[in-house]
Amino acid sequence: MKIHEYQAKEILRSFGVPVPESKIAFSVKEAEEAAAEIGLPVVVKAQIHAGGRGKGGGVKFAPTAQDVTRYANDILGMTLVTHQTGPEGKLVKKVLIEAASNIDRELYAGIVMDRATSAVTFMVSTEGGMEIEKVAEETPEKIVKVVVDTAVGLQPFQARQMAFALNLTGDAFKNGVKFLMALYKAYMGTDASIFEINPLVVTKEGAVIALDAKANFDENALYRHKDIVALRDLDEEEPLEIEAGRSGLNYIKLEGNIGCMVNGAGLAMGTMDIIKLTGGEPANFLDVGGGASAETVEKGFRIILSDKNVKAVLINIFGGIVRCDRVAKGVIEAINNIDTKVPIVVRLQGTNAEEGKKLLEESGMNIIAATELKDAAEKVVGTLKTIEA
Amino acid sequence: MSVLVDKNTKLVVQGITGSEGAFHTQQMIEYGTNVVAGVTPGKGGQLFMDKIPIYNTMKGAVEKTGANASVIFVPPPFAGDAIMEAAEAGVELVICITEGIPTFDMLKVHEFLKKYPKTTLVGPNCPGVITPGEAKIGIMPGFIHKPGTIGIVSRSGTLTYEAVHQLGEAGFGQSTAIGIGGDPIIGTKHIDAVKLLNEDPKTEAIVLIGEIGGSDEETAAAYIAENVDKPVVAFIAGQTAPPGKRMGHAGAIIAGGKGTAEEKMKALAAAGIHVVKSPAEIGKKMKEVLG
Repeated sequence: MKIHEYQAKEILRSFGVPVPESKIAFSVKEAEEAAAEIGLPVVVKAQIHAGGRGKGGGVKFAPTAQDVTRYANDILGMTLVTHQTGPEGKLVKKVLIEAASNIDRELYAGIVMDRATSAVTFMVSTEGGMEIEKVAEETPEKIVKVVVDTAVGLQPFQARQMAFALNLTGDAFKNGVKFLMALYKAYMGTDASIFEINPLVVTKEGAVIALDAKANFDENALYRHKDIVALRDLDEEEPLEIEAGRSGLNYIKLEGNIGCMVNGAGLAMGTMDIIKLTGGEPANFLDVGGGASAETVEKGFRIILSDKNVKAVLINIFGGIVRCDRVAKGVIEAINNIDTKVPIVVRLQGTNAEEGKKLLEESGMNIIAATELKDAAEKVVGTLKTIEA
Repeated sequence: MSVLVDKNTKLVVQGITGSEGAFHTQQMIEYGTNVVAGVTPGKGGQLFMDKIPIYNTMKGAVEKTGANASVIFVPPPFAGDAIMEAAEAGVELVICITEGIPTFDMLKVHEFLKKYPKTTLVGPNCPGVITPGEAKIGIMPGFIHKPGTIGIVSRSGTLTYEAVHQLGEAGFGQSTAIGIGGDPIIGTKHIDAVKLLNEDPKTEAIVLIGEIGGSDEETAAAYIAENVDKPVVAFIAGQTAPPGKRMGHAGAIIAGGKGTAEEKMKALAAAGIHVVKSPAEIGKKMKEVLG
């Protein structure tokens, strides 16, 4: 689960990680008040769930009160386009008003779960302010990794190793070590999956602070973090994905026009892949779960068909424990309840596949039945060609 | 021969009285799996289906029945604990079906298991392991499988069933099919399963099914290039998956441009593995390779 920068900074602050003084504002008036309270100069920062905000014009330095008013006016309500938002951009509904820092150096610090070693891993770099993927590709020697021993957690010597690698000295060194130790505590204490502090800045006064903060959290652990769940911003998510989530379905919207509904995540991805290979474009990922009951199939249909790009639907269910004839009955019932002209290809395989196919064919509905995967993909792509011709 | 499970496997079901646990225990027994005990804390002394003794602890179950494997259907908040309890009780194989275990819980489990090198963990978030005709431990439909000589290792459930179906159509059965699971932290990884299948005399060829996220397929590819002479057919799901989105499985995500299907397919092909682009070609390709 993703959260905003200002929320991430509140969490960091609560764990003793230094962040600049700041206030969130939902209107120009609130922005002006916040700036007056914090004291000029400030930085006005658009709050959306995407990186690259500065380049897109969403972060402005405001030395005067007039600047605060002007930039808050510009940024609030703007559609911010960055390399992470896609071409449609994201509407900015709030800005963070933050005390400007007296920056000496810009560094990078990140924490991730490294899958290869099954361990929490720190990454620090002197190349702050740049995309870390780019640094990793072009100058990998400038990224220092420290693997945390799960049994004992991050040790002070490891924090010192990183602080030395960042060329910190004097007060900045001491503050850097403290910062990294606190950052680790915050990461572990919140069941985070990614923390990224970019830039991590050293001020001319020797303070080490998180100038930006990105935090993602493990969705499987949210049940024990009600405070983090409360930070979810539905405005930042795809409406159809929210609706699917409420129905207990796993749906991700894509750009194509062939809707697909599949049981199991791997087979759902495989189905998208074969649609593409056959010359079509998948409109979504949708995993209805192992059981594929009439109820979930109907919910799935409604969500797929809410996407106006969808011109045909492929249902691919591998009936294992659940028999195909039962799945077929569910599919027929669901289609019956939904008024749609979109051609539907249904592929049932597994137990009682033939019985299932027969039920679909004899339903008298606009269903094209298939039993093999390749055949199903060709049929669904074929329906589009017929429409286009 | 086979790997991990066979007719000598004596199984304990952890969470046997829950709805999932109870349902699949019946299915496993019907298949012929030797289920010797169940564990549900607080229900010790009762019987499941009037015949299978339930114990309060794994230790009790193992001491009384000599069980050597366990399967876990415990809800996510308690499943990590169940894995550790099974290892401490001394079973050699722990298969965790549960989906949705917090990553940090698995981090702890991973650390704990280092003290129990004799215990192999499969999963979590997996369909389980089946040696057709001998034993099925997990939630896969038993009857689609046939005894044979193809070993399967896969991160996905239904995609494995798809492969099994296609292999059946092509005239092949399976030695053992291992569902390793879709989470970022899992016990048995592709490389471990490939090692087992490579050393198994009954396994003639291997099907490897991967998906986006992580680099376990690449690691397995490097191992196969050096050590495996048996033919390997591979498919990677998620060639059309967008970056930064979790595709159903907690581990199926392209993060920071890493873990793409393209990278994995390239690494596998470079290792001499027969990579198919289409999930419908797995059976066909195996037939082609084995002649």
